[in-house]
Amino acid sequence: MSHWPIIPILLPLFAAVLLLVLERWRPAWQLPVNLLATAALLVICVGLLGRAADGGVTAYLLGNWQAPFGIVLAVDRLAALVLTLTAVLALASLLAAAPHWHRRGAHFHPLFQMQVMGLNGAFLTADLFNLFVFFEVLLIASYGLLLHGGGRRRLHASLHFVTLNLVGSALFLLGVSLLYGVTGTLNMADLAVKVAQAPDADLVLLHAAGLLLLVVFGLKAAVLPLGLWLPTTYSAASAPVAALFAIMTKVGVYAIVRVFTLIFVGERLAVAAPLLLPLGLATLALASLGALSAGSLPRLAGYLTMASAGTLLAAVGMTGDRALVAALYYLPQTTLAVAALFLLAELIARQRGDLAGALVGGPALRQPALLGGMFLLAAATLAGLPPFSGFVGKLLILRGALGQVGGFALWAVLLLSGFALLIAFSRAGSRLFWKVSPAQEGPRHGVLAMVPVFGLLAAGVLLAVLAAPVLRFTDAAAQQLLAPTGYIDAVLGARPVLRGGVTP
Amino acid sequence: MELMIALGVGLFAACGVYLVLRARSFDLILGLTLLSYAVNLFIFATGRLAVNRPPVLAPDTATTLAQYADPLPQALVLTAIVISFGMTALLVAIALAARRAGDDDHVDAGRQEPQ
Repeated sequence: MSHWPIIPILLPLFAAVLLLVLERWRPAWQLPVNLLATAALLVICVGLLGRAADGGVTAYLLGNWQAPFGIVLAVDRLAALVLTLTAVLALASLLAAAPHWHRRGAHFHPLFQMQVMGLNGAFLTADLFNLFVFFEVLLIASYGLLLHGGGRRRLHASLHFVTLNLVGSALFLLGVSLLYGVTGTLNMADLAVKVAQAPDADLVLLHAAGLLLLVVFGLKAAVLPLGLWLPTTYSAASAPVAALFAIMTKVGVYAIVRVFTLIFVGERLAVAAPLLLPLGLATLALASLGALSAGSLPRLAGYLTMASAGTLLAAVGMTGDRALVAALYYLPQTTLAVAALFLLAELIARQRGDLAGALVGGPALRQPALLGGMFLLAAATLAGLPPFSGFVGKLLILRGALGQVGGFALWAVLLLSGFALLIAFSRAGSRLFWKVSPAQEGPRHGVLAMVPVFGLLAAGVLLAVLAAPVLRFTDAAAQQLLAPTGYIDAVLGARPVLRGGVTP
Repeated sequence: MELMIALGVGLFAACGVYLVLRARSFDLILGLTLLSYAVNLFIFATGRLAVNRPPVLAPDTATTLAQYADPLPQALVLTAIVISFGMTALLVAIALAARRAGDDDHVDAGRQEPQ
């Protein structure tokens, strides 16, 4: 049995422990070691992506116990895709933190790796209770990271963030234990089999469990009415942390896709499917309005995170596989663009002195052409202007919605929100770059500070250039999700290795 | 016993929700603790309620399902307790710091950020 699937969990774990030790003895080594670990993680994730692209589902039995009795990790195309995305984002955030952020408080590096470990674990696990555990791992690390740098705003934002997530965790446990009480299993593949055979008398309990899980994942994905914490929390976080957090809402979307394509499928059990489209559209509409009213650049980026989660959820909620293919293409590009905007917001804020990210006229920027160009690129991608990847993604979602139930509503809301986001960006851009006095305050940024933003934006452009092969991959990933028998067979069919490497 | 457990879960959950909605950091922490008690009892109950049955194989007991308690919910409860304990400790620390920074234990104390 190959051990590759567990490396994305073990590598950050060991790196975090090592970084904790280094913090005491060799603080200067922390950054290089962390960078090395994150880069190695990226290489491994790309390797897993390559394997998942042509192979089927790889199941890994932890402790060599056969499913459903032991814990299983499973890598399919979607998992490999989001793992790679996490690694790319982690590398960019770390590079952005390298100039000065990581020294602003204690334990940044270990927490960073723990957060990556929690994310990877949540994407890899094929077990509902372990999904809860990895959620908690990534949340505990995220509380620490959110507080990184200190200050009253961060304290209050994290008080709300922690409370909401604790209530979410309680609901998650209720949903999971309801499922366990009815079916007697927690393995997602086994649940898929058992839930499909459940007697009609148990349907009410199963529906309740499914909806509880939807509430929890919706809270993580910042879906209306549970998403109003997001702009405040993300705009309070330091920029590299907020950029890394851009993947956290996608964990919620990922869990929704996973659970509601695997376990709650079919006419008897599809409780969440009819809710996803309206919830997604409402989130998108509110986030677009929020973007129009945002008073600072980080807040604007926060609302865009919400908007991307809403778009994704609406696309996932469409019937037909073409919208799902489009959503899987939209997911990486929007995550990269939002993260780039968070990092860019900080670069702009530091050149504006006391005004920081507030969207009012102020002192001129030191490097207006460079920062403005990057802002234009990020804005065009996020608002969905051609020829950037955001346009390709939105176009595909619109095409996937053609002729489907609710397709008209999706067209209307998605196009209007694109328009609203365009206005929001024009307003922000004109105040930041044009309505300026000649005075210049802040420091010039070196190449090092620009690299992560450049990298993220370039990755977005690359996604548009390579749209055809990427779409072939997401198409295959969507087919794999819509035919869950492959996943179920791989997980339940994985056999433990006996001593001497013999499989029974 | 079923009724007792159900009433206990309901009572804890109701008190927990009430306290969480009070929006004072001390009440909030107390409420979240009660909520987690309710959830832990609920998890425990999902493995059938039985008295005096071991969760591990015992030498002098017949190996039928009726003789044993389900060990898995007990393991899950253990994990959930550990996690919620850690989270509560963290929340206490954050609440204390926020109390000091805002001079008030209201969860929205001293907020004057620009929207």
